[in-house]
Amino acid sequence: MLTDFEILETINMFQEQHLDIRTITMGISLMDCSCASAEETCRRIYDKICRRAEKLVKTGEDISREYQVPIINKRISVTPISIVAASSDASDYVCFAKTLDRAAKTCGVNFIGGFSALVQKGYTDSDIKLIESIPESLAVTDFVCSSVNVATTRTGINMDAVRDMGRIIKQTAELTKDRDAIGCAKLVVFANAPDDNPFMAGAFLGPGEPECVINVGISGPGVIKTALESVRGADLGVVAETIKKAAFKITRVGELVAREASVRLGAPFGIIDLSLAPTPVVGDSIARILEEFGLEDCGAWGTTCALAMLNDAVKKGGTMASSFVGGLSGAFIPVSEDEGMIAAATKGALTLEKLEAMTCVCSVGLDMIAIPGNTSATTISGIIADEMAIGTFNSKTTAVRIIPTPGKDVGDSVEYGGLLGSAPIMRVNPSSCADFINRGGRVPAPIHSMRN
Amino acid sequence: MKPMDNRAAVITVIGNDTIGIIAKVSGILADNQVNIKDITQTILEDIFTMIMIVDLTKSTVDIKDLADKLDALGEDIGLSVRIQNSNIFNAMHRI
Repeated sequence: MLTDFEILETINMFQEQHLDIRTITMGISLMDCSCASAEETCRRIYDKICRRAEKLVKTGEDISREYQVPIINKRISVTPISIVAASSDASDYVCFAKTLDRAAKTCGVNFIGGFSALVQKGYTDSDIKLIESIPESLAVTDFVCSSVNVATTRTGINMDAVRDMGRIIKQTAELTKDRDAIGCAKLVVFANAPDDNPFMAGAFLGPGEPECVINVGISGPGVIKTALESVRGADLGVVAETIKKAAFKITRVGELVAREASVRLGAPFGIIDLSLAPTPVVGDSIARILEEFGLEDCGAWGTTCALAMLNDAVKKGGTMASSFVGGLSGAFIPVSEDEGMIAAATKGALTLEKLEAMTCVCSVGLDMIAIPGNTSATTISGIIADEMAIGTFNSKTTAVRIIPTPGKDVGDSVEYGGLLGSAPIMRVNPSSCADFINRGGRVPAPIHSMRN
Repeated sequence: MKPMDNRAAVITVIGNDTIGIIAKVSGILADNQVNIKDITQTILEDIFTMIMIVDLTKSTVDIKDLADKLDALGEDIGLSVRIQNSNIFNAMHRI
């Protein structure tokens, strides 16, 4: 029999500590939609998504009601469009982005991911068409998210793609400058991108994934923060143990919801992504967890160490709770989406360089960071290159989602509202890396990639 | 994977203590053929907390409709009244 304490602890997690299922993401393979006619391919894509995801939103709402578990987002990820569209006669791929947007709106989801290309070792013709279509596609659609994987530990870094993505990010910012370059908030450059990530903007359904699959992302920074408040002053072994226990509990909730959604939607359960994903709401911040370790501000010396411990303890607790943990799983450190990060960055305690160090031990990378609009494309490529190197050479996922905001400079801020939040424009080191970036070519895979 | 056992649910009532809370909640349950298996109540720092474990096997409505009725009652008497499938608690606290 459950005890009153246990019941109230669970209820408090949902009511006071903002525990929620961040997303139920249905992965839908579009492999069978390819054909020679772009128009026909689009029709097949739209029909298949709408057929498969018809009940996604309703099912999410039903589960939410029965278990009284907030399920914030219902989303869709699809096969990278550069693969699906490769055999079509389309000269640019904006039509595919529009189709995805229309399907997302019909299904009632709030994001669809997979306007993507996997180019870690080089470009196909289709990859080039997709990448060149990204700026316009993100400007003319509302819900489409785009990602480009430019590096893996097994293959090294495609520096031509790193160079091109700097330019593409600038163009995306320019085409959405009337909305603080919001297009860039929907565009991620990856190293070691996971095939089963349910979180946006980086979600897509990798080539080895099944026909249709349910991946669930859970979140709960507030639960971890509250748990740590009960062990103030204790040594770090106790801190790690406390985080593990809390992560275990929230992952079990995610697993329950994932299995229930999988049965009701008639699609296999893929993975639980037990990421600590912050929101701009007070009490839902990763930065505040790090400060709870004993730091004055997120960004102070000690932050990287605290984050490494947090990320690891979350993974350990989660893997004990579910056998199928995947995606990104760890602590996200987006700036604009985290009330504590915004405060630390505004105060000057948190710099871009410190964030880069933190990405060595967090689950993703430089995320939702606004920088001056006059930052050059090659400097953005340099930021990407450094981040890709961290991922490639440390066998982890890293990503860059950066927003060069036209007309804005250090001292200004961007405001998106909702989950995307707001962010101060951060200072970027002005020294040039243009000659380095313009070399192009490939960075060879690290020696430890050879594991066969 | 079979669908979860959806018969047991937990009802929690939290808020300021007033007369007749249990009567009103159990009235709704009786009207809908919901059996109360266990009930506890405490006053924690002046906050009234009641926890009921109920069995929905013979219930004439599903858990979502029951949640709507209890929501309406909660608004009426100014308390939070929630019903949740008990699997959520088992998942979190039992291996």
